[in-house]
Amino acid sequence: MTPVPALAVPVLIVSVLIVPALGAALLLGLRLQVRALKMYGLAVSGLTLVPVVAMAVTFDYRRAAQIQHEVDLPWIPGLDLRFHLGVDGISLPLVALTALLTFLCFVYLSGDRRTERLRAMMSALLLLEVGMLGTFLALDLLLFFVFFEVVLIPMYFVIAIWGGPGRRAAALKFILYTLLGSVVLLLGLLLIWSQTGTLDIVALAHSQGAALPRAVQIVAFVTIGLGLAVKTPMWPLHTWLPDAHTEAPTVGSVLLAGVLLKMGTYGFARIAIPVLPDGAHAVAPWLGAFAVVGIVYGALACLAQRDLKRMIAYSSVGHMGFVLLGFATLTPVGVNAALFGNIAHGLITGLLFFLAGAVKDRYGTADMAELGGGMLGRLPYLGSLLTFACIASLGLPGLAGFWGEMLALFGAFEPAEGLSRPLFLVFMAVGGLGTVLTAAYFLVMLSRVTHGPPGPLTPSAVGDVRTFELSAWVPLVLLILVFGLWPKALLAITDPAVQTFLEAR
Amino acid sequence: MTTTSATHAASHVASHAATASPHAATAVQAIDYAAIAPPLALALTACAVLLLDAFLPHSSRSSHGPSVRGALGFTALAGVIAAGALLVAQAVHGGTLSTFCVPEPAACSYVVDHITLVFGGLTLVAGVVVILMSMGQLSDGDIPVGEWYFLLLCALIGAITLPASRDLVMLVVALELVSLPVFALTALRRYDGRASEAAVKLFLVSVVSTAITLFGISLLYGASGTLHLSHIAGGLAKSPIPEAHGVVTAAVMLVIAGFAFKVAAVPFHSWAADVYQGASVPVAALLSVISKAAGFAGLILVLAVTRPLYSEVWVPVVAVLAALTMTIGNLLAMRQRHAVRLLAWSSVAQSGYILAPLGVGPEGAGAAVVYLVFYAAMNLGAFAVAMLVARGGSLADYRGLVFRRPAAALALAFFLVCLAGLPPGLAGLFAKVAVFRELVDGGVGWLAVVMAVNTVIGLYYYVTWAAALFTPAPAPVEAREAPAVRLAPVAVGVAVSVVITVVFSVAPQVVFDAGLLSALG
Repeated sequence: MTPVPALAVPVLIVSVLIVPALGAALLLGLRLQVRALKMYGLAVSGLTLVPVVAMAVTFDYRRAAQIQHEVDLPWIPGLDLRFHLGVDGISLPLVALTALLTFLCFVYLSGDRRTERLRAMMSALLLLEVGMLGTFLALDLLLFFVFFEVVLIPMYFVIAIWGGPGRRAAALKFILYTLLGSVVLLLGLLLIWSQTGTLDIVALAHSQGAALPRAVQIVAFVTIGLGLAVKTPMWPLHTWLPDAHTEAPTVGSVLLAGVLLKMGTYGFARIAIPVLPDGAHAVAPWLGAFAVVGIVYGALACLAQRDLKRMIAYSSVGHMGFVLLGFATLTPVGVNAALFGNIAHGLITGLLFFLAGAVKDRYGTADMAELGGGMLGRLPYLGSLLTFACIASLGLPGLAGFWGEMLALFGAFEPAEGLSRPLFLVFMAVGGLGTVLTAAYFLVMLSRVTHGPPGPLTPSAVGDVRTFELSAWVPLVLLILVFGLWPKALLAITDPAVQTFLEAR
Repeated sequence: MTTTSATHAASHVASHAATASPHAATAVQAIDYAAIAPPLALALTACAVLLLDAFLPHSSRSSHGPSVRGALGFTALAGVIAAGALLVAQAVHGGTLSTFCVPEPAACSYVVDHITLVFGGLTLVAGVVVILMSMGQLSDGDIPVGEWYFLLLCALIGAITLPASRDLVMLVVALELVSLPVFALTALRRYDGRASEAAVKLFLVSVVSTAITLFGISLLYGASGTLHLSHIAGGLAKSPIPEAHGVVTAAVMLVIAGFAFKVAAVPFHSWAADVYQGASVPVAALLSVISKAAGFAGLILVLAVTRPLYSEVWVPVVAVLAALTMTIGNLLAMRQRHAVRLLAWSSVAQSGYILAPLGVGPEGAGAAVVYLVFYAAMNLGAFAVAMLVARGGSLADYRGLVFRRPAAALALAFFLVCLAGLPPGLAGLFAKVAVFRELVDGGVGWLAVVMAVNTVIGLYYYVTWAAALFTPAPAPVEAREAPAVRLAPVAVGVAVSVVITVVFSVAPQVVFDAGLLSALG
């Protein structure tokens, strides 16, 4: 491998943030026609993808546990806040997922019929991208928090500008609920800072919580965990999610489920578990318990839903339960499963929301009873894609959704030393029940919507899948297949980093 | 009214020197004019404005024409900028200037040090924006212009003298100099019942708070035998009164209560909304930024900076006050439908955030100053846009503003998001982080949690207002907008606030440097 010039590396990682930020800022001053606006959005999100791809290509996979492409500049000495960015095996896949999903959202928007207030929508989406990417790149506790907060206002506007009839209430609920989570998170981060005197995530993870007494670690883990759990969302803190998803426009739902939720789980992998190992050990059984309750609750709630988008939203609660269960085991297998599940859920649920949006677009409703059946007959391509996404989501072996769930349960079979094995075996059993229920509700949904005789509603003249939709969805379908058939592609990146922070125990 | 204030302003320095002279070795104290140059420049400008008002031609019997009104405004503006330049010169010169000193025991009544410069700078920059807003307010001619600027400048003199005051008498005089002109400014909107009511309310509240502060100060003086802040702690230690503890506790509580009125802290907050709404918008901005900063400067000087005094007594009280202030301010703000009333209650809540770090102890003063500086920039901006858009007005008038006046709407949205403490309003976020950091570091976890919940409550009303700006209005509301206001100066004021807040967002270290109070003693 040719050595990368020293200067080129920071330019790459900084441009990942600067391109969308500049794009959003320029949009304020530009007066463009709808077509030009759509092209502009495509160009900016595409340009953001370029440095991300370049970073992924120049990433040294043999040293995946190490922080690469690092930038470390002082920003606010008064707060000890440094502009410290970097990627390692844990964050790189999420950064790539974020840039890809945002780009695909712009691809989807480029063909969308809705044109009113497109400029506001696009600048909100670009700002949202800055926040999401920054969260995954930040290596400073406060910088992480700053980016964690950046997403709130743009997401609020994405829901409030283009959302459904109840959008205002849903947007407000989203922002208030998640802000409450993030201020609690801030208190936990500051507690770590006040005890250790540093905000550097790398240094903190390296010292494995040595400077932190056990009691402090537990308090910090609980506060940080609560903050992250709101975003994840963990049962019973999930109640903002179904409303936000139901009201959000398609691209909002895709990014919310595909990326925003991952910011919560990423926080566990980046901060809570490596920095606070003793706290993690003490709280892990609780985390696991809430996770499996979430799995079962999410599945049962899905069985009771009539609205397609609401059902997918609840299915996210269940899937994120598996991710949290993976973390709770504190084993390399479990944590890898969680990180894998993160990416898989981002791809699959992103696709599902795209498809649900397309269905709503054509039928004018996402209510399963009103939709009736027979989509496979009327819209064969859309129906088959929906079937594919549902089957991937329920965890069919060979597709990406399978590995995250299976490995999380496998991790629970043999949790880390010091954790009660019988308890985790119970978690495993309950989680296994959850997978069955998950299969049940997806199959019930498919039988109601795609199969059977056609319902009374006829789809609008839009017809079956269009080109722009296909170009937004095919990359997701391919990646779901790739990671399903060749899980090592992803596990090999995350595993070294996971081993590093878990092994000193 | 104006003449008495004039004498007051011009002579308080001299009279103070005279009262202090018995302690001095010589009958006449040397005055370091370099130290008092900024307030002196303001005082001269105030006199100049009053004279110009009298001698420039009147267009009718009672009011000036637009050009004269403009000339007076620019004179006042030039005076404030000159005072600012002098302040910058003092800052560049470095070191500590002091004057009105007594030799035995050595103490000075007027000291220009870090805290003086920080509060002075804040006051003068805010003063510039308030004068720009005033130019818009005064453009329709029913307010007497000369008196307005004279009173405004007097209030500014008080506000920059106060942080330099290092004895109790000087402190009270400066505080009164901030307060007295504001009643008159409120009442200057004549023939408006609401303004008169607001002026009377403000007057009564202020008189009561002054009386309370004075009582506390007299007790402190009685127990310690000195007026100089730096000697009070020593004086109390060798107090001739055997049971001084109770007296001093009462004194400290009374001083806190007096200042709590000034900063509108709960339970002394009830005047805020009526007065802000009744007064014209520039006066409301003055009250919420300059007058409040002066109140906090006094509080920090007495409690925290000079000599930590009875901190075991006042720290828990201040913590509880802070918690109550932020909670009640936020809850009241949630129910408002009028822009200025909402800003009034929100600034009560923000007072709570400023007080919160003092609930950790004297060492929290730095974070309080940091929050105050951030708050001043964002809040002033919000008031300036409110002035620009609808002279306050009901929240319904702001619906769909972005489609009618995109620049004003974006500026207001930015300030509101700043006040809520969310990115892209990074200034507000860093301000909140600084306070949270102080609270967590100082181990006052319960107050941090209360503040966390309050941040969420605050977001509710800030974000609903901000979202309304971007919501298309159901019917045109142009007709309800304020009539011809001279907008250009107000727009400049908004621009100044935006620039400052953006700088604070990108390079907040400027403000954190201001909060370094360790050099004080």
